Amino acid sequence: MPDLVDFLLEPFRSGIGQRALAEVVLVAAIGGALGFWVLTFGLAYGAESLAHGLLPGLVAAALVGVPLLLGGLAGIAVAALLVWLAGRDERVGTDAATAVAVTGMLGLGGVLALAPDLPPRLGELLFGDPLSARAQDLAAAGGLVVLGGLALAALHRPLAAVAFDREAARSLGLGTGRVTIALLGLVAATLAVAVQGLGNLLVLAVLVAPPVAVRRHASTPARAMLGGGAVAVVAGVAGLYASYHLEIAAGASVALALCLAAGVGAALPPRGRRALARGRLRRAPG
Amino acid sequence: MSALVEARGLAAGYGGRPAIHDVTFAAGAGRTVAVLGPNGGGKTTLFRALVGELAPLAGSVRVAGRPAYVAQTERTRLDFPVSALDVAAMGALARSPWWLPVRGADRSAAAEALQRVGLEAEARTRFGALSGGQRQRVLLARALVQEAEVLILDEPFAGVDPASAERMDTLFAELRSEGRAIVVATHDVAAARDFDRVLCLNDRQVAFGEPARTLSRRVLEATYESEIVVLEEDDGPVRAVAVQHHEH
Repeated sequence: MPDLVDFLLEPFRSGIGQRALAEVVLVAAIGGALGFWVLTFGLAYGAESLAHGLLPGLVAAALVGVPLLLGGLAGIAVAALLVWLAGRDERVGTDAATAVAVTGMLGLGGVLALAPDLPPRLGELLFGDPLSARAQDLAAAGGLVVLGGLALAALHRPLAAVAFDREAARSLGLGTGRVTIALLGLVAATLAVAVQGLGNLLVLAVLVAPPVAVRRHASTPARAMLGGGAVAVVAGVAGLYASYHLEIAAGASVALALCLAAGVGAALPPRGRRALARGRLRRAPG
Repeated sequence: MSALVEARGLAAGYGGRPAIHDVTFAAGAGRTVAVLGPNGGGKTTLFRALVGELAPLAGSVRVAGRPAYVAQTERTRLDFPVSALDVAAMGALARSPWWLPVRGADRSAAAEALQRVGLEAEARTRFGALSGGQRQRVLLARALVQEAEVLILDEPFAGVDPASAERMDTLFAELRSEGRAIVVATHDVAAARDFDRVLCLNDRQVAFGEPARTLSRRVLEATYESEIVVLEEDDGPVRAVAVQHHEH
Protein backbone atom coordinates (compact mmCIF):
# COMPACT_ATOMS: atom_id res chain seq x y z
CA MET A 1 0.00 0.00 0.00
CA PRO A 2 2.73 2.55 0.81
CA ASP A 3 4.09 1.88 -2.69
CA LEU A 4 0.74 2.79 -4.21
CA VAL A 5 0.50 5.94 -2.10
CA ASP A 6 4.00 6.91 -3.16
CA PHE A 7 3.15 6.14 -6.79
CA LEU A 8 0.15 8.45 -6.57
CA LEU A 9 1.63 11.27 -4.51
CA GLU A 10 5.23 11.36 -5.67
CA PRO A 11 4.63 13.30 -8.92
CA PHE A 12 2.91 16.09 -7.01
CA ARG A 13 5.14 16.52 -3.97
CA SER A 14 7.09 19.36 -5.58
CA GLY A 15 5.75 22.80 -6.37
CA ILE A 16 6.39 22.17 -10.04
CA GLY A 17 4.23 19.03 -9.96
CA GLN A 18 1.47 20.74 -8.01
CA ARG A 19 1.32 23.69 -10.42
CA ALA A 20 1.33 21.29 -13.39
CA LEU A 21 -1.54 19.36 -11.80
CA ALA A 22 -3.56 22.53 -11.21
CA GLU A 23 -2.87 23.80 -14.74
CA VAL A 24 -3.91 20.54 -16.38
CA VAL A 25 -7.04 20.12 -14.24
CA LEU A 26 -8.23 23.68 -14.89
CA VAL A 27 -7.53 23.68 -18.62
CA ALA A 28 -8.94 20.17 -19.07
CA ALA A 29 -12.15 20.99 -17.21
CA ILE A 30 -13.03 23.97 -19.41
CA GLY A 31 -11.59 22.54 -22.64
CA GLY A 32 -13.39 19.22 -22.25
CA ALA A 33 -16.71 20.97 -21.61
CA LEU A 34 -16.30 23.50 -24.41
CA GLY A 35 -15.22 20.78 -26.81
CA PHE A 36 -18.76 19.40 -27.07
CA TRP A 37 -19.86 22.58 -28.82
CA VAL A 38 -16.71 22.68 -30.97
CA LEU A 39 -17.57 19.28 -32.40
CA THR A 40 -21.30 19.95 -32.58
CA PHE A 41 -20.74 23.14 -34.60
CA GLY A 42 -18.21 21.38 -36.85
CA LEU A 43 -15.42 23.70 -35.73
CA ALA A 44 -12.64 21.17 -35.11
CA TYR A 45 -10.77 22.33 -38.23
CA GLY A 46 -11.40 25.96 -37.37
CA ALA A 47 -10.07 25.42 -33.84
CA GLU A 48 -6.99 23.67 -35.19
CA SER A 49 -6.43 26.57 -37.55
CA LEU A 50 -6.69 29.09 -34.73
CA ALA A 51 -4.31 27.00 -32.62
CA HIS A 52 -1.70 26.88 -35.37
CA GLY A 53 -2.29 30.47 -36.40
CA LEU A 54 -1.32 31.81 -33.00
CA LEU A 55 2.30 30.58 -33.26
CA PRO A 56 3.78 33.86 -34.57
CA GLY A 57 2.08 35.70 -31.72
CA LEU A 58 3.59 33.30 -29.20
CA VAL A 59 7.07 33.54 -30.70
CA ALA A 60 6.84 37.33 -30.94
CA ALA A 61 5.77 37.47 -27.28
CA ALA A 62 8.76 35.30 -26.31
CA LEU A 63 11.06 37.59 -28.33
CA VAL A 64 9.69 40.82 -26.89
CA GLY A 65 9.33 39.44 -23.39
CA VAL A 66 5.60 40.01 -22.87
CA PRO A 67 3.26 37.33 -21.47
CA LEU A 68 2.68 34.48 -23.92
CA LEU A 69 -1.05 34.78 -23.28
CA LEU A 70 -1.10 38.23 -24.84
CA GLY A 71 0.98 37.03 -27.77
CA GLY A 72 -1.34 34.05 -28.29
CA LEU A 73 -4.46 36.22 -28.27
CA ALA A 74 -2.86 38.66 -30.72
CA GLY A 75 -1.83 35.76 -32.98
CA ILE A 76 -5.36 34.35 -32.97
CA ALA A 77 -6.83 37.76 -33.76
CA VAL A 78 -4.49 38.20 -36.75
CA ALA A 79 -5.13 34.63 -37.97
CA ALA A 80 -8.91 35.10 -37.70
CA LEU A 81 -8.68 38.41 -39.59
CA LEU A 82 -6.63 36.82 -42.37
CA VAL A 83 -9.01 33.87 -42.67
CA TRP A 84 -11.96 36.27 -42.83
CA LEU A 85 -10.32 38.51 -45.43
CA ALA A 86 -9.23 35.59 -47.63
CA GLY A 87 -12.60 33.86 -47.24
CA ARG A 88 -14.45 36.92 -48.58
CA ASP A 89 -13.16 36.06 -52.05
CA GLU A 90 -15.70 33.49 -53.28
CA ARG A 91 -13.19 32.21 -55.86
CA VAL A 92 -10.90 31.06 -53.04
CA GLY A 93 -13.43 29.44 -50.69
CA THR A 94 -13.32 29.28 -46.90
CA ASP A 95 -11.41 26.00 -46.59
CA ALA A 96 -8.64 27.02 -48.97
CA ALA A 97 -8.50 30.51 -47.45
CA THR A 98 -8.14 29.04 -43.96
CA ALA A 99 -5.42 26.62 -45.08
CA VAL A 100 -3.42 29.36 -46.82
CA ALA A 101 -3.78 31.86 -43.96
CA VAL A 102 -2.84 29.30 -41.30
CA THR A 103 0.12 27.93 -43.24
CA GLY A 104 1.29 31.48 -43.76
CA MET A 105 1.03 32.16 -40.03
CA LEU A 106 2.94 28.96 -39.24
CA GLY A 107 5.63 29.98 -41.73
CA LEU A 108 5.88 33.42 -40.14
CA GLY A 109 6.12 31.75 -36.74
CA GLY A 110 8.97 29.58 -38.05
CA VAL A 111 10.85 32.59 -39.42
CA LEU A 112 10.52 34.42 -36.10
CA ALA A 113 11.48 31.27 -34.20
CA LEU A 114 14.80 31.11 -36.07
CA ALA A 115 15.75 34.59 -34.84
CA PRO A 116 19.03 34.46 -32.88
CA ASP A 117 17.52 36.36 -29.94
CA LEU A 118 14.79 33.81 -29.26
CA PRO A 119 14.91 32.31 -25.80
CA PRO A 120 15.36 28.52 -25.89
CA ARG A 121 11.62 27.85 -25.66
CA LEU A 122 10.57 26.95 -29.20
CA GLY A 123 10.07 23.30 -28.28
CA GLU A 124 7.94 24.39 -25.36
CA LEU A 125 5.86 26.63 -27.61
CA LEU A 126 5.28 23.83 -30.09
CA PHE A 127 4.74 20.89 -27.77
CA GLY A 128 3.97 22.58 -24.44
CA ASP A 129 5.14 21.84 -20.94
CA PRO A 130 2.70 21.91 -18.04
CA LEU A 131 5.67 21.56 -15.68
CA SER A 132 6.67 25.12 -16.52
CA ALA A 133 3.34 26.56 -15.33
CA ARG A 134 3.81 29.65 -13.15
CA ALA A 135 1.47 31.41 -10.75
CA GLN A 136 0.27 33.81 -13.44
CA ASP A 137 -0.47 30.88 -15.76
CA LEU A 138 -2.63 29.31 -13.06
CA ALA A 139 -4.37 32.62 -12.51
CA ALA A 140 -5.15 32.81 -16.24
CA ALA A 141 -6.42 29.21 -16.25
CA GLY A 142 -8.52 29.84 -13.14
CA GLY A 143 -9.98 32.99 -14.66
CA LEU A 144 -10.77 31.07 -17.84
CA VAL A 145 -12.60 28.38 -15.90
CA VAL A 146 -14.72 30.94 -14.03
CA LEU A 147 -15.46 33.29 -16.92
CA GLY A 148 -15.63 30.55 -19.53
CA GLY A 149 -17.95 28.51 -17.32
CA LEU A 150 -20.25 31.49 -16.84
CA ALA A 151 -20.22 32.19 -20.58
CA LEU A 152 -21.03 28.56 -21.37
CA ALA A 153 -23.92 28.62 -18.89
CA ALA A 154 -25.28 31.85 -20.38
CA LEU A 155 -24.86 30.64 -23.96
CA HIS A 156 -26.30 27.19 -23.32
CA ARG A 157 -29.77 27.77 -24.76
CA PRO A 158 -28.65 29.75 -27.84
CA LEU A 159 -25.92 27.21 -28.60
CA ALA A 160 -28.40 24.33 -28.32
CA ALA A 161 -31.04 26.07 -30.43
CA VAL A 162 -28.59 26.98 -33.22
CA ALA A 163 -26.89 23.57 -33.18
CA PHE A 164 -30.22 21.77 -33.35
CA ASP A 165 -31.99 23.84 -36.01
CA ARG A 166 -29.99 26.70 -37.47
CA GLU A 167 -32.79 27.87 -39.77
CA ALA A 168 -35.42 28.11 -37.05
CA ALA A 169 -33.00 29.71 -34.59
CA ARG A 170 -33.22 32.97 -36.51
CA SER A 171 -36.99 33.07 -36.04
CA LEU A 172 -36.40 32.58 -32.32
CA GLY A 173 -34.52 35.88 -32.33
CA LEU A 174 -31.01 34.41 -32.32
CA GLY A 175 -28.24 35.74 -34.54
CA THR A 176 -26.69 32.46 -35.65
CA GLY A 177 -23.52 34.24 -36.75
CA ARG A 178 -23.19 36.02 -33.42
CA VAL A 179 -23.67 32.75 -31.51
CA THR A 180 -20.95 31.09 -33.60
CA ILE A 181 -18.61 34.05 -33.10
CA ALA A 182 -19.20 33.93 -29.34
CA LEU A 183 -18.29 30.24 -29.41
CA LEU A 184 -15.17 30.97 -31.45
CA GLY A 185 -14.22 33.66 -28.94
CA LEU A 186 -14.41 31.10 -26.14
CA VAL A 187 -12.36 28.68 -28.22
CA ALA A 188 -9.74 31.36 -28.89
CA ALA A 189 -9.48 32.26 -25.20
CA THR A 190 -9.17 28.60 -24.22
CA LEU A 191 -6.49 27.95 -26.85
CA ALA A 192 -4.50 31.01 -25.79
CA VAL A 193 -4.47 29.81 -22.17
CA ALA A 194 -4.09 26.08 -22.83
CA VAL A 195 -1.33 26.46 -25.41
CA GLN A 196 1.20 27.17 -22.67
CA GLY A 197 0.63 23.75 -21.14
CA LEU A 198 0.04 21.67 -24.23
CA GLY A 199 1.82 23.61 -26.93
CA ASN A 200 0.87 24.91 -30.31
CA LEU A 201 0.68 21.52 -31.99
CA LEU A 202 -1.02 19.51 -29.25
CA VAL A 203 -3.46 21.96 -27.69
CA LEU A 204 -6.31 20.86 -29.92
CA ALA A 205 -6.38 17.54 -28.07
CA VAL A 206 -7.96 19.12 -25.00
CA LEU A 207 -10.82 20.50 -27.09
CA VAL A 208 -11.54 17.67 -29.47
CA ALA A 209 -10.60 14.40 -27.75
CA PRO A 210 -12.93 14.60 -24.68
CA PRO A 211 -16.14 15.18 -26.66
CA VAL A 212 -15.20 12.37 -29.03
CA ALA A 213 -14.98 10.13 -25.94
CA VAL A 214 -18.37 11.06 -24.47
CA ARG A 215 -20.57 12.31 -27.29
CA ARG A 216 -22.14 8.95 -28.14
CA HIS A 217 -22.93 8.27 -24.50
CA ALA A 218 -24.49 11.55 -23.34
CA SER A 219 -28.24 12.02 -23.27
CA THR A 220 -28.18 15.83 -22.98
CA PRO A 221 -25.76 18.60 -23.97
CA ALA A 222 -25.19 19.40 -20.28
CA ARG A 223 -24.19 15.81 -19.57
CA ALA A 224 -21.93 15.78 -22.62
CA MET A 225 -20.19 18.90 -21.32
CA LEU A 226 -19.83 17.58 -17.76
CA GLY A 227 -18.70 14.21 -19.07
CA GLY A 228 -16.21 15.83 -21.44
CA GLY A 229 -14.76 17.91 -18.64
CA ALA A 230 -14.50 14.87 -16.35
CA VAL A 231 -12.87 12.69 -19.01
CA ALA A 232 -10.40 15.45 -19.85
CA VAL A 233 -9.42 15.91 -16.19
CA VAL A 234 -8.96 12.17 -15.62
CA ALA A 235 -7.00 11.73 -18.86
CA GLY A 236 -4.93 14.84 -18.17
CA VAL A 237 -3.95 13.65 -14.69
CA ALA A 238 -3.21 10.18 -16.08
CA GLY A 239 -0.97 11.86 -18.63
CA LEU A 240 0.96 13.60 -15.86
CA TYR A 241 1.44 10.29 -14.03
CA ALA A 242 2.67 8.68 -17.24
CA SER A 243 5.02 11.59 -17.82
CA TYR A 244 6.51 11.33 -14.34
CA HIS A 245 6.83 7.57 -14.04
CA LEU A 246 7.85 6.87 -17.65
CA GLU A 247 9.99 10.02 -17.85
CA ILE A 248 8.40 11.31 -21.04
CA ALA A 249 7.46 14.87 -22.06
CA ALA A 250 4.52 16.09 -19.99
CA GLY A 251 2.66 18.02 -22.71
CA ALA A 252 2.85 15.18 -25.21
CA SER A 253 1.96 12.66 -22.51
CA VAL A 254 -1.21 14.58 -21.59
CA ALA A 255 -2.18 14.94 -25.25
CA LEU A 256 -1.66 11.21 -25.84
CA ALA A 257 -3.74 10.31 -22.78
CA LEU A 258 -6.56 12.55 -24.06
CA CYS A 259 -6.46 10.90 -27.49
CA LEU A 260 -6.40 7.45 -25.88
CA ALA A 261 -9.51 8.36 -23.89
CA ALA A 262 -11.16 9.49 -27.13
CA GLY A 263 -10.40 6.13 -28.73
CA VAL A 264 -11.76 4.16 -25.78
CA GLY A 265 -14.90 6.30 -25.49
CA ALA A 266 -15.63 6.12 -29.20
CA ALA A 267 -15.15 2.35 -29.22
CA LEU A 268 -17.59 1.72 -26.37
CA PRO A 269 -21.15 1.01 -27.53
CA PRO A 270 -23.74 3.64 -26.56
CA ARG A 271 -25.53 3.18 -23.24
CA GLY A 272 -28.76 1.83 -24.72
CA ARG A 273 -26.92 -0.83 -26.68
CA ARG A 274 -24.89 -1.85 -23.61
CA ALA A 275 -28.12 -2.30 -21.59
CA LEU A 276 -29.52 -4.35 -24.46
CA ALA A 277 -26.43 -6.55 -24.49
CA ARG A 278 -26.67 -7.06 -20.71
CA GLY A 279 -30.33 -8.04 -21.11
CA ARG A 280 -29.40 -10.58 -23.77
CA LEU A 281 -26.72 -12.04 -21.52
CA ARG A 282 -29.15 -12.38 -18.63
CA ARG A 283 -31.69 -14.09 -20.85
CA ALA A 284 -29.14 -16.40 -22.40
CA PRO A 285 -29.66 -20.02 -21.31
CA GLY A 286 -27.04 -21.76 -19.20
CA MET B 1 -58.37 43.80 -41.66
CA SER B 2 -54.61 44.48 -41.65
CA ALA B 3 -52.25 41.78 -42.85
CA LEU B 4 -50.10 39.85 -40.39
CA VAL B 5 -47.66 38.91 -43.13
CA GLU B 6 -47.17 40.86 -46.33
CA ALA B 7 -44.67 41.04 -49.21
CA ARG B 8 -44.73 43.75 -51.87
CA GLY B 9 -42.64 43.46 -55.03
CA LEU B 10 -40.21 41.31 -53.08
CA ALA B 11 -36.94 40.14 -54.59
CA ALA B 12 -34.58 38.05 -52.45
CA GLY B 13 -31.61 35.84 -53.08
CA TYR B 14 -27.97 35.13 -52.41
CA GLY B 15 -24.80 37.06 -53.18
CA GLY B 16 -26.80 39.95 -54.58
CA ARG B 17 -28.49 37.72 -57.18
CA PRO B 18 -32.26 37.35 -56.77
CA ALA B 19 -33.62 33.79 -56.55
CA ILE B 20 -37.18 35.13 -56.47
CA HIS B 21 -38.62 38.39 -57.66
CA ASP B 22 -41.90 40.26 -58.04
CA VAL B 23 -43.55 38.47 -55.09
CA THR B 24 -46.62 40.25 -53.73
CA PHE B 25 -49.01 38.60 -51.31
CA ALA B 26 -50.60 39.10 -47.91
CA ALA B 27 -52.35 37.07 -45.21
CA GLY B 28 -54.45 38.46 -42.40
CA ALA B 29 -55.45 36.99 -39.04
CA GLY B 30 -56.89 33.50 -39.30
CA ARG B 31 -55.86 33.12 -42.94
CA THR B 32 -53.86 30.32 -44.53
CA VAL B 33 -51.65 30.54 -47.60
CA ALA B 34 -50.28 27.54 -49.50
CA VAL B 35 -47.05 28.19 -51.39
CA LEU B 36 -46.69 25.95 -54.42
CA GLY B 37 -43.65 25.62 -56.62
CA PRO B 38 -41.05 23.20 -57.95
CA ASN B 39 -37.91 22.29 -56.05
CA GLY B 40 -35.55 25.23 -56.45
CA GLY B 41 -38.49 27.45 -57.35
CA GLY B 42 -37.86 29.84 -54.47
CA LYS B 43 -40.13 28.65 -51.65
CA THR B 44 -37.32 28.35 -49.11
CA THR B 45 -35.82 31.65 -50.27
CA LEU B 46 -39.19 33.34 -49.71
CA PHE B 47 -39.40 31.84 -46.22
CA ARG B 48 -35.89 32.98 -45.37
CA ALA B 49 -36.89 36.48 -46.37
CA LEU B 50 -40.06 36.27 -44.27
CA VAL B 51 -38.16 35.22 -41.13
CA GLY B 52 -35.57 37.95 -41.70
CA GLU B 53 -32.66 35.70 -42.60
CA LEU B 54 -32.39 37.31 -46.05
CA ALA B 55 -32.73 41.05 -46.54
CA PRO B 56 -34.94 42.03 -49.51
CA LEU B 57 -32.97 42.94 -52.63
CA ALA B 58 -36.03 44.85 -53.79
CA GLY B 59 -39.51 45.50 -52.46
CA SER B 60 -40.51 44.95 -48.86
CA VAL B 61 -41.56 42.36 -46.29
CA ARG B 62 -43.66 43.03 -43.22
CA VAL B 63 -44.45 40.44 -40.57
CA ALA B 64 -46.33 41.05 -37.33
CA GLY B 65 -43.96 40.20 -34.49
CA ARG B 66 -41.45 37.44 -34.93
CA PRO B 67 -42.76 34.55 -37.04
CA ALA B 68 -42.39 30.93 -35.96
CA TYR B 69 -40.53 28.95 -38.60
CA VAL B 70 -40.88 25.19 -38.88
CA ALA B 71 -38.34 23.77 -41.31
CA GLN B 72 -38.41 20.27 -42.73
CA THR B 73 -37.43 17.87 -39.96
CA GLU B 74 -34.46 16.50 -41.92
CA ARG B 75 -32.86 19.91 -41.61
CA THR B 76 -32.67 19.49 -37.86
CA ARG B 77 -29.79 17.67 -36.16
CA LEU B 78 -31.18 14.22 -35.41
CA ASP B 79 -28.00 13.22 -33.56
CA PHE B 80 -28.24 16.17 -31.18
CA PRO B 81 -28.98 14.92 -27.64
CA VAL B 82 -32.27 16.67 -26.83
CA SER B 83 -35.68 15.36 -25.80
CA ALA B 84 -39.01 16.35 -27.35
CA LEU B 85 -39.63 18.54 -24.29
CA ASP B 86 -36.26 20.28 -24.70
CA VAL B 87 -37.07 21.08 -28.33
CA ALA B 88 -40.53 22.43 -27.52
CA ALA B 89 -39.03 24.55 -24.71
CA MET B 90 -36.67 26.17 -27.25
CA GLY B 91 -39.68 28.17 -28.43
CA ALA B 92 -39.48 30.19 -25.20
CA LEU B 93 -36.22 31.73 -26.43
CA ALA B 94 -38.35 34.05 -28.56
CA ARG B 95 -39.93 35.66 -25.51
CA SER B 96 -37.40 35.39 -22.69
CA PRO B 97 -33.79 36.54 -22.20
CA TRP B 98 -31.43 34.13 -23.95
CA TRP B 99 -28.88 34.09 -21.13
CA LEU B 100 -31.31 32.74 -18.50
CA PRO B 101 -31.81 29.00 -18.02
CA VAL B 102 -35.13 27.42 -18.99
CA ARG B 103 -37.73 28.50 -16.43
CA GLY B 104 -40.38 26.28 -14.88
CA ALA B 105 -43.08 28.25 -16.70
CA ASP B 106 -41.33 27.57 -20.02
CA ARG B 107 -41.20 23.85 -19.28
CA SER B 108 -44.90 23.89 -18.39
CA ALA B 109 -45.70 25.70 -21.64
CA ALA B 110 -43.62 23.14 -23.55
CA ALA B 111 -45.40 20.24 -21.85
CA GLU B 112 -48.75 21.84 -22.66
CA ALA B 113 -47.76 22.32 -26.30
CA LEU B 114 -46.69 18.69 -26.57
CA GLN B 115 -50.04 17.67 -25.15
CA ARG B 116 -51.74 19.81 -27.77
CA VAL B 117 -49.94 18.00 -30.59
CA GLY B 118 -50.65 14.64 -28.93
CA LEU B 119 -47.12 13.83 -27.84
CA GLU B 120 -47.23 14.26 -24.06
CA ALA B 121 -46.21 10.62 -23.67
CA GLU B 122 -43.05 11.22 -25.71
CA ALA B 123 -41.87 14.30 -23.78
CA ARG B 124 -38.71 12.58 -22.58
CA THR B 125 -38.02 10.68 -25.80
CA ARG B 126 -34.94 11.76 -27.71
CA PHE B 127 -35.98 13.86 -30.71
CA GLY B 128 -33.95 11.78 -33.16
CA ALA B 129 -35.69 8.60 -31.99
CA LEU B 130 -39.17 9.86 -32.95
CA SER B 131 -40.89 9.09 -36.25
CA GLY B 132 -40.93 11.73 -39.00
CA GLY B 133 -44.51 12.71 -38.23
CA GLN B 134 -43.84 12.91 -34.50
CA ARG B 135 -40.77 15.07 -35.10
CA GLN B 136 -42.85 17.44 -37.22
CA ARG B 137 -45.39 17.70 -34.41
CA VAL B 138 -42.62 18.46 -31.89
CA LEU B 139 -41.44 21.31 -34.11
CA LEU B 140 -45.04 22.55 -34.21
CA ALA B 141 -45.09 22.39 -30.41
CA ARG B 142 -41.96 24.59 -30.40
CA ALA B 143 -43.81 27.07 -32.63
CA LEU B 144 -46.76 27.03 -30.22
CA VAL B 145 -44.49 27.83 -27.27
CA GLN B 146 -43.11 30.71 -29.30
CA GLU B 147 -46.64 32.23 -29.30
CA ALA B 148 -46.09 33.78 -32.74
CA GLU B 149 -48.91 35.40 -34.66
CA VAL B 150 -47.46 34.11 -37.94
CA LEU B 151 -46.44 30.51 -38.55
CA ILE B 152 -44.29 29.60 -41.56
CA LEU B 153 -44.01 25.90 -42.32
CA ASP B 154 -41.81 24.30 -44.97
CA GLU B 155 -43.52 21.17 -46.32
CA PRO B 156 -44.89 20.03 -42.95
CA PHE B 157 -46.78 17.10 -44.47
CA ALA B 158 -43.84 15.58 -46.36
CA GLY B 159 -43.23 12.04 -45.14
CA VAL B 160 -45.77 12.36 -42.34
CA ASP B 161 -47.92 9.40 -41.26
CA PRO B 162 -51.72 9.75 -41.59
CA ALA B 163 -52.27 10.05 -37.81
CA SER B 164 -49.81 12.92 -37.56
CA ALA B 165 -51.27 14.59 -40.67
CA GLU B 166 -54.76 14.42 -39.16
CA ARG B 167 -53.55 15.84 -35.85
CA MET B 168 -51.78 18.66 -37.68
CA ASP B 169 -54.88 19.47 -39.72
CA THR B 170 -56.88 19.79 -36.51
CA LEU B 171 -54.18 21.96 -34.98
CA PHE B 172 -54.08 24.25 -38.02
CA ALA B 173 -57.85 24.74 -37.74
CA GLU B 174 -57.44 25.67 -34.07
CA LEU B 175 -54.63 28.09 -34.86
CA ARG B 176 -56.74 29.75 -37.53
CA SER B 177 -59.59 30.19 -35.09
CA GLU B 178 -57.10 31.80 -32.68
CA GLY B 179 -56.38 34.41 -35.35
CA ARG B 180 -52.95 33.30 -36.46
CA ALA B 181 -51.77 33.50 -40.05
CA ILE B 182 -50.27 30.31 -41.48
CA VAL B 183 -48.03 30.11 -44.56
CA VAL B 184 -47.26 26.58 -45.73
CA ALA B 185 -45.00 25.36 -48.53
CA THR B 186 -46.35 22.20 -50.11
CA HIS B 187 -46.06 20.04 -53.20
CA ASP B 188 -49.60 18.78 -52.76
CA VAL B 189 -51.73 20.66 -55.29
CA ALA B 190 -54.92 18.97 -54.06
CA ALA B 191 -54.22 19.94 -50.43
CA ALA B 192 -53.51 23.52 -51.50
CA ARG B 193 -57.16 23.84 -52.54
CA ASP B 194 -58.16 23.72 -48.86
CA PHE B 195 -56.20 26.89 -48.06
CA ASP B 196 -57.65 30.41 -48.17
CA ARG B 197 -55.08 31.55 -50.72
CA VAL B 198 -52.47 29.94 -52.90
CA LEU B 199 -49.19 31.50 -53.99
CA CYS B 200 -47.52 29.92 -57.03
CA LEU B 201 -43.77 30.50 -57.31
CA ASN B 202 -41.28 29.60 -59.98
CA ASP B 203 -38.39 32.03 -59.50
CA ARG B 204 -41.02 34.74 -59.79
CA GLN B 205 -44.62 34.96 -58.65
CA VAL B 206 -46.78 33.12 -61.17
CA ALA B 207 -50.09 33.73 -59.40
CA PHE B 208 -51.71 34.54 -56.06
CA GLY B 209 -55.34 34.26 -55.12
CA GLU B 210 -58.17 31.97 -54.12
CA PRO B 211 -57.31 28.39 -55.06
CA ALA B 212 -60.50 27.75 -57.03
CA ARG B 213 -59.82 30.70 -59.29
CA THR B 214 -56.06 30.52 -59.34
CA LEU B 215 -55.11 26.88 -59.92
CA SER B 216 -55.78 26.69 -63.64
CA ARG B 217 -53.88 24.43 -65.99
CA ARG B 218 -51.99 27.45 -67.36
CA VAL B 219 -50.89 28.54 -63.89
CA LEU B 220 -49.85 25.03 -62.87
CA GLU B 221 -47.85 24.52 -66.04
CA ALA B 222 -46.15 27.88 -65.61
CA THR B 223 -45.40 26.99 -61.99
CA TYR B 224 -44.10 23.46 -62.41
CA GLU B 225 -43.17 23.38 -66.11
CA SER B 226 -42.12 19.76 -66.79
CA GLU B 227 -42.65 18.74 -63.16
CA ILE B 228 -46.46 18.72 -63.42
CA VAL B 229 -48.72 15.97 -64.69
CA VAL B 230 -52.27 17.04 -65.49
CA LEU B 231 -54.49 14.06 -64.82
CA GLU B 232 -57.83 15.41 -65.80
CA GLU B 233 -59.29 18.51 -67.35
CA ASP B 234 -63.00 19.08 -67.54
CA ASP B 235 -65.41 21.78 -66.51
CA GLY B 236 -64.46 21.32 -62.86
CA PRO B 237 -61.19 22.15 -61.17
CA VAL B 238 -57.99 20.95 -62.80
CA ARG B 239 -56.55 17.85 -61.13
CA ALA B 240 -52.80 17.82 -61.23
CA VAL B 241 -49.89 16.09 -59.57
CA ALA B 242 -46.59 17.78 -58.89
CA VAL B 243 -43.71 15.41 -59.50
CA GLN B 244 -41.44 15.70 -56.48
CA HIS B 245 -37.70 15.39 -56.71
CA HIS B 246 -36.60 15.55 -53.10
CA GLU B 247 -32.92 15.53 -52.45
CA HIS B 248 -31.85 12.95 -49.92
